[in-house]
Amino acid sequence: MNVHDPRPPGASGLSVRDLAVNYGPVTALRGISLDVPRGAVVTVLGGNGAGKSTLLRAVSGTLRFQRGGITSGEVTLDGVKLSGAATSAVVARGVVQVPEGRRVFARMTVEENLRAGALGARDRRSAAEARERVLELFPVLAERARQRAGLLSGGEQQMLAMGRAMMACPEVLLLDEPTLGLAPLMAARIAETVREINAQGTTVLLVEQNAAMALSLASHAYVLEVGEIALSGPAAELAASDEVRRRYLGVGGDAGDPPVRPDGAAVRRPALSRWSA
Amino acid sequence: MSTFIELLVGGISVGAVYALIALGFVVIFKATEVVNFAHASLLLVGGFVIAKTHPLVGFWAALLLGVAGAAALGALIEFAVIRRANVLSHSVLAIVTIGVDLILVTELTRQIGTEVLALGDPWGSDVLQLGSVNVPATRIAALVSAAVVITAFLLAFKYTSWGVAMRATAEDSETAALMGVRRGRVSMGAWAVAGALAAVAALFMCVFPTPGLDRNVTAVAMKAFPAAILGGLDSTGGALAGGFIIGITESLVGGYQEELSFLGRGLGDVAPFLVMIIVLLIRPAGLFGTKELARV
Repeated sequence: MNVHDPRPPGASGLSVRDLAVNYGPVTALRGISLDVPRGAVVTVLGGNGAGKSTLLRAVSGTLRFQRGGITSGEVTLDGVKLSGAATSAVVARGVVQVPEGRRVFARMTVEENLRAGALGARDRRSAAEARERVLELFPVLAERARQRAGLLSGGEQQMLAMGRAMMACPEVLLLDEPTLGLAPLMAARIAETVREINAQGTTVLLVEQNAAMALSLASHAYVLEVGEIALSGPAAELAASDEVRRRYLGVGGDAGDPPVRPDGAAVRRPALSRWSA
Repeated sequence: MSTFIELLVGGISVGAVYALIALGFVVIFKATEVVNFAHASLLLVGGFVIAKTHPLVGFWAALLLGVAGAAALGALIEFAVIRRANVLSHSVLAIVTIGVDLILVTELTRQIGTEVLALGDPWGSDVLQLGSVNVPATRIAALVSAAVVITAFLLAFKYTSWGVAMRATAEDSETAALMGVRRGRVSMGAWAVAGALAAVAALFMCVFPTPGLDRNVTAVAMKAFPAAILGGLDSTGGALAGGFIIGITESLVGGYQEELSFLGRGLGDVAPFLVMIIVLLIRPAGLFGTKELARV
């Protein structure tokens, strides 16, 4: 289990302070502060458009690909500034992202995808070691090594995307909705792998819509709503809080909630059993 | 029959040279999504350096200097122009490259003047006789050199870290950046490689039976453009196929123009573009191109 007490800000790990991000005239994040202590799994929950991916882009330094930029605040790793650095420099410092939607290089083979993942590794010599570890985590990638990545199933592509990131021997792994669009069994498998990766010493910042899964993995959680942090606290506490249960775990309806299904009562029970599993 | 074989060998050899140039177009397009209209000037610079340095340092060293010079110029164009303009759309950048081309070609034309510069190659005007077929030695040299260079390029593209980085960037530059790939380096590398390939092509465009390097070489080089387009602008294999198709078409149509005289003279120069248009009518993305990319 990964029960870590949240440490005070400024301790070792990834830290975001008063971050604001704009895409042109559109403000995507304002005044975001969060901490990912070393060795922890921290999750950021939120719906579509809450700014979850923007947060990860700000950490990785890929905002410019979307014509966005940090307008104030900063991101630090172990107290040393990370924001403003080139993406390659962020990777070189051991902060590696698995982007939303897997984004495997479809026209390249599985093997070549893994090689691409090692391109930014600080130590090229450790690539063989990293490869061994990745294939241990995802044995299916060894079987599919010579296939084009585009031919893999969604779950396999997610494994490849994570394996590719692990090739860089990350100290901090940023995961953007790794279970998006996956069948429940595959999602559970991915969750298990995240736990394993963390147990081997990699810090994880997990961005998810699947709150039940994320809260079961994380020690600390933040809830992002329209660019601001609405709630934060130890994952267990958040999982027990009425507001999170109502909004993200589908438990305990509220008049303020959009009536997604008329038979809401019937949906509650399976959702509840899933999160407590 | 021997005429046909001579024309065919000539066409394959010229096609291999076109393939070198087309490969440069494709490499740049893949890495930066820019259609490089300044390619002909890279070629001219490569040829010019060889022509000017061979009396001083000998042919082989001059060839190396030409390759290095064109590669450096490519890298410089990327660094000084393309990289700075990364907020502009790719079609704007394509037009920017026309400007760069115009400046470079004008300057080199001024330098060259009305001269025809020899490149000092060791093959001279030797003709190899194979049975009843006569083939200039330069044609064989072009074919062999192009084959070696293209093979080396394809192996590097497939197996080296540079190649993996290049292909990853071509497919998804944002995700490639997340792997720690430096886009600037990849794109500068692509321009340098394209320049080097162009310099090798320049050599073989200016040796026998061509009299030498003159200011019209750029027009000849533009024929490699349909080669890249008809093969598919984002396909290395397509560049090779396109090069050979254009080379052979040009050679055969030029060789048999007496029989085709009802279409008027100079059909050999027009044929590459006709072939390109016909191919594009049938396959809009080129023979091997990716549909989405070609629609941009």
